[in-house]
Amino acid sequence: MRGHGRATPYLFLAPYLVLFTVFVLGPAVFGLWMSLHDWDFQLPGKPFVGLQNYKDLFDPLSATAEPFWHGMRATGIFTIASVPFLVAVPLGLAVLLNRHFPGRTFFRAVYFAPYVLGVAVIGLMFRYILDTTFGILNAFLGIFGVPEIGWTTEQPYAFVALVAVTVWWTTGFNAIIYLAGLQDIPAEQYEAAELDGANGWQKFRNVTLPGLRPVTVFIVTITLLASANMFGQALLITQGGPGDTTTTALMVITDVGFSQFRMGQAAAMSYLLALCLAVVALITFGLMRERKS
Amino acid sequence: MRRRPSAAFWVMVVLLTLLVVVPLLWMVITSFKSVGEAQADPPTLIPQEPSGRAFGEVLTTGGQNPVLRWALNSFAAASLHAVLVVVVASMAGYALARMEFRFKKFIFSFILLTLFVPGFVFLMPNYLLMDNLGWLDTFWALVVPGAAGAFGVFFMRQFFLAIPRELEEVALIDGANAWTIFTRIILPNARPALATLTVLSFLANWNDFVWPLFVLFSPERLTLPAGLSLLQGAYTTDYPVIMAGATVAAVPVLILYVFVQRYVIEGVARSGIKG
Repeated sequence: MRGHGRATPYLFLAPYLVLFTVFVLGPAVFGLWMSLHDWDFQLPGKPFVGLQNYKDLFDPLSATAEPFWHGMRATGIFTIASVPFLVAVPLGLAVLLNRHFPGRTFFRAVYFAPYVLGVAVIGLMFRYILDTTFGILNAFLGIFGVPEIGWTTEQPYAFVALVAVTVWWTTGFNAIIYLAGLQDIPAEQYEAAELDGANGWQKFRNVTLPGLRPVTVFIVTITLLASANMFGQALLITQGGPGDTTTTALMVITDVGFSQFRMGQAAAMSYLLALCLAVVALITFGLMRERKS
Repeated sequence: MRRRPSAAFWVMVVLLTLLVVVPLLWMVITSFKSVGEAQADPPTLIPQEPSGRAFGEVLTTGGQNPVLRWALNSFAAASLHAVLVVVVASMAGYALARMEFRFKKFIFSFILLTLFVPGFVFLMPNYLLMDNLGWLDTFWALVVPGAAGAFGVFFMRQFFLAIPRELEEVALIDGANAWTIFTRIILPNARPALATLTVLSFLANWNDFVWPLFVLFSPERLTLPAGLSLLQGAYTTDYPVIMAGATVAAVPVLILYVFVQRYVIEGVARSGIKG
């Protein structure tokens, strides 16, 4: 039973497809086109330059290569340092929340709360908490005799701080997804493992982790995407410093595009970053599949 | 078989709760301090002379830092955005879940693929698009472009797939058309999903930081997140004022969250499974 005309599905899809074409598909293609032109926002002409914008990024003598790769390095360090924590900590929290205890729903809501605040509030809040001289974190650590640490002004502390803040902010989000995944693992699998005499750790390794593999792939993917997009935390907390060590790729891209008006160059940068991200994602998938067999 | 949680378990739960709550409390406490007290060493836990000066500064200086205006802008943009997402995504999700047509698989796969394209790729071209549409520094730039995201369609489709066929069949026999079935039978049965998508879209738009920072210029047109970064620039060392601004931004969403947390959490949970 079809019950609808041939055109009906397309009519239902039309409003979405119009928005999708204009604001997603079109811009994705247009961005590629821009990256092949000298698209200076202020100049009248936008001459075609072929792959020059991309070549410039690999030419150490060009003005854009150095800041771009510094940005890529900051984004890369942040990603490598944060993704393991952003996957493991939420997993631990989800296992904790998966137990039955009074107030579970309440605590689940509390742990998720930071995420609803958004990066602007989080950034300002931790800028103050992490301040070297009058931040409460150093005051607290001082009680235990820890000397003042430049959380926002010294390396490697600036990266430690950015990773820790991001974990604080987003752990609840990933934990809720893990929790849903945990509740999808059939209880019989645990019972079978118990009959085989498995202890808690063995059950976690042989039942929980394999059962969570699809969820983990999903979480790793969205976390990689989020890390590559890192911007607000570094802009508000470390202001890209010390030096330019935490000036992320996206900060460089927006600077070149919106402050220096060289949007073709900025578009080339964003496509190169996207390409690197795709490669990283594919390698990750490959590794995770390997473990399965 | 269920073991009762041990004391160590409760210690962990309480510590984690403190870890979440203390920074937020510290932000609120600081907003009632004087500039001097906010920089005192060692810090005071309770404001010695609590004052609403910082709140006065962010809420009343009108022209310079119109925090209330920013909040209103954010609220209006996020609400309109959420409505647009829900309308457009539920229609598309319905077609993709319940109808048969030639390019269904292709269209759905294509939409799904864009879930994995990083947002920064769209930044430059969409900025130029806004410029050409005359939407720079306007409300439309906040409301419309993000409404084409793949998540809403994917989310609604998953929900519609789970609605039993029998619900529609009586109406089909009565000769109802697709629009009637959609509005009279499908949508009323999808209320929880619609509520969840509304809340998730609202929050995402309310908290968006990068996009409003670059497409808005006039101080009176900023959203709260973009405005807050301006506030930090203007009051570099006046932490009570910055914390008051952050508090004004945080409290309304936290209150909203208390009422709708079930939808937020279920929506996030559902987005991760059966992908």
